[in-house]
Amino acid sequence: MTDKPLTRNITIGEPTDLSAYEASGGYQAIRSTIGKLSAADVLDMVKDSNLRGRGGAGFPTGMKWSFVPMDKTPDGPKGHKYLVCNADEMEPGAFKDRLILEHDPHQLIEGMILSAYTIDADIGYIFIRGEYHTAAKRLRDAIMEAKLKGYLGENILGTGYSFELYLHSSAGRYICGEETALLNSLEGKRAIPRAKPPFPQVSGLWGRPTIVNNVETLCNITHIVAFGADWFKSLGLGDDSGTKLFGVSGRVKNPGCWELPMGTPIREILEDHAGGMQDGYELKGFLPGGASTDFLLPEHLDLAMDYDTIMKAGSRMGTGTMIILDDKTCPVAMVRNLEMFFARESCGFCTPCREGLPWIYNILDDIENGRGRPEDIEILERQGAFIGAIGNTHCAHAPGAIEPLSSALKFFAEEFNQHIEEQRCPYSHASGPKSGRTH
Amino acid sequence: MNLAEENMISALSEQEITEIEEEISHLPNRQSAAIDALKIVQGYRGWISDESLIAIAKILQMSTEELDGIATFYNLIFRYPVGEKVVLFCDSVSCWLMDGDKVCAAIKRKLKIDYGETTSDGKYTLLPVTCLGDCDHAPAMMIGEELHHDLDAANVAQLFDEPGEKAS
Ligand SMILES: Cc1cc2nc3c(=O)[nH]c(=O)nc-3n(C[C@H](O)[C@H](O)[C@H](O)COP(=O)(O)O)c2cc1C
Ligand code: SF4
Ligand code: FES
Repeated sequence: MTDKPLTRNITIGEPTDLSAYEASGGYQAIRSTIGKLSAADVLDMVKDSNLRGRGGAGFPTGMKWSFVPMDKTPDGPKGHKYLVCNADEMEPGAFKDRLILEHDPHQLIEGMILSAYTIDADIGYIFIRGEYHTAAKRLRDAIMEAKLKGYLGENILGTGYSFELYLHSSAGRYICGEETALLNSLEGKRAIPRAKPPFPQVSGLWGRPTIVNNVETLCNITHIVAFGADWFKSLGLGDDSGTKLFGVSGRVKNPGCWELPMGTPIREILEDHAGGMQDGYELKGFLPGGASTDFLLPEHLDLAMDYDTIMKAGSRMGTGTMIILDDKTCPVAMVRNLEMFFARESCGFCTPCREGLPWIYNILDDIENGRGRPEDIEILERQGAFIGAIGNTHCAHAPGAIEPLSSALKFFAEEFNQHIEEQRCPYSHASGPKSGRTH
Repeated sequence: MNLAEENMISALSEQEITEIEEEISHLPNRQSAAIDALKIVQGYRGWISDESLIAIAKILQMSTEELDGIATFYNLIFRYPVGEKVVLFCDSVSCWLMDGDKVCAAIKRKLKIDYGETTSDGKYTLLPVTCLGDCDHAPAMMIGEELHHDLDAANVAQLFDEPGEKAS
């Protein structure tokens, strides 16, 4: 047993190939499970483990799976059930799934076979973002290797269970990561989110029962099956079980991604693993889990990184990859960069998001460039409250965009006001080029 | 199929048609292969011309308009000609925090183009892209299929061929 199940095979450089993966106990969980335990037994293990989705929302995985209808489905294409791996990883500041995809592809494949078995899916897709060329190549090779060894395809290891796995390389757009938009994209359509209900578990890909899970979530399944739910729970320091891939980027000494117990204090991640702030920089604030999470402050450093603790502090653990705002960087400019991203990546389906986010971006750009008006703050707050309210938009993209904005307005109000009063950005990099947009 | 329609499909190579049919073979309907088909053809030709679009739509048995609606939605499908290599520069937050703007400005100076433009020798097209999942090595970008990171405004220009030089 190990206390770092997700990264035990990962050494930077070459990927773990099939023989190395098998040598470390890989594909044993399939042998001990498929045809030996029932799907219901495995589902109980996943439920007992308390595993929560690692894609950002933290939804309990066992509960999600339990909505998949398990009555005997008709044979043939009408009877398909699907398991989809969300490997779209495009959240700004998130760089965790690529680590596994590139270095231990068999870990994901084994996790997918076991997950598919549990929901009785016969077809799987790995939906990977188009820019991950290295990961896609390694996954393609690994799928081929697994097929030749009889781990994938018809009648896996003679058990009578069959599961086909395909890789789909995407053509861009952040919204593809939203699970129902992802399904539309897999169907060859524009990636516009779907209305829920019906939920994908009942009516997903081509109208059939479908489960979508994040890379890291699916990888955990193998270890839960191999070592048990109690072991998995014991890995977490607090209420949440397992380990988590945590990351830090920004002006720290040693930016990176590490597998640590769920519930590791933020200070430990930032100081022991990321090495603290670079010389000459101080911590001003941070986004705990990617671009679409609320800012937290240095006063929050002693909080545990788990779903409920970060939620209580007013933010979200999201992807677990933190983005650091230092004292030499203008918070208004940082939020402007974030809103540029959200405005550009809006799928355009609903008005508050499509029209509201560019409006917010333009106001932030005005404030940053010394053209801010006193009433702008109120407009930003009002827009934020409207767009950020769940239910006013068709999907969670727009509310996600508001999280860093509304928290910045609250925590960095002084800076916003100073920009408007002095009609300039007080930070030294203010004269630099504008972020991103063509100009 | 009449002669005119066959001619339109023949705008695609045998190889492209085989690869598209292979994708279709494991999907419940032909239209579901739309994005795969666009990527296959773009892989050979660099971009999707009107002629390619019409031919792909015919193979998938869908309207050209609908396929164009899909093609133009996705930022990695190009409906205009692009350079030999597309440079995808990450303009997301972690790269921005690490002076990505300055690095990008240095690239624009070296290539003498802005976002959305192609160098006059047809070698590079520069586009912004969302976080490349390499934030611990920010700033990051892709030149073609290759990821480059820990970029520095002072020497980023060396990663590009001189104008007119043969692509390395
Ligand atoms: C705009 C948007 C983008 C998303 N992008 C991703 C992504 O890139 N990867 C991911 O795993 N989940 C992403 N999600 C979350 C998915 O919708 C979904 O909740 C997740 O894949 C479920 O997997 P999990 O239960 O294993 O966490 C995104 C959600 C939204 C609203
Ligand atoms: S909130 Fe934005 S991304 Fe989501 S459906 Fe509406 S327009 Fe599209
Ligand atoms: S923000 Fe540039 S690679 Fe993540």
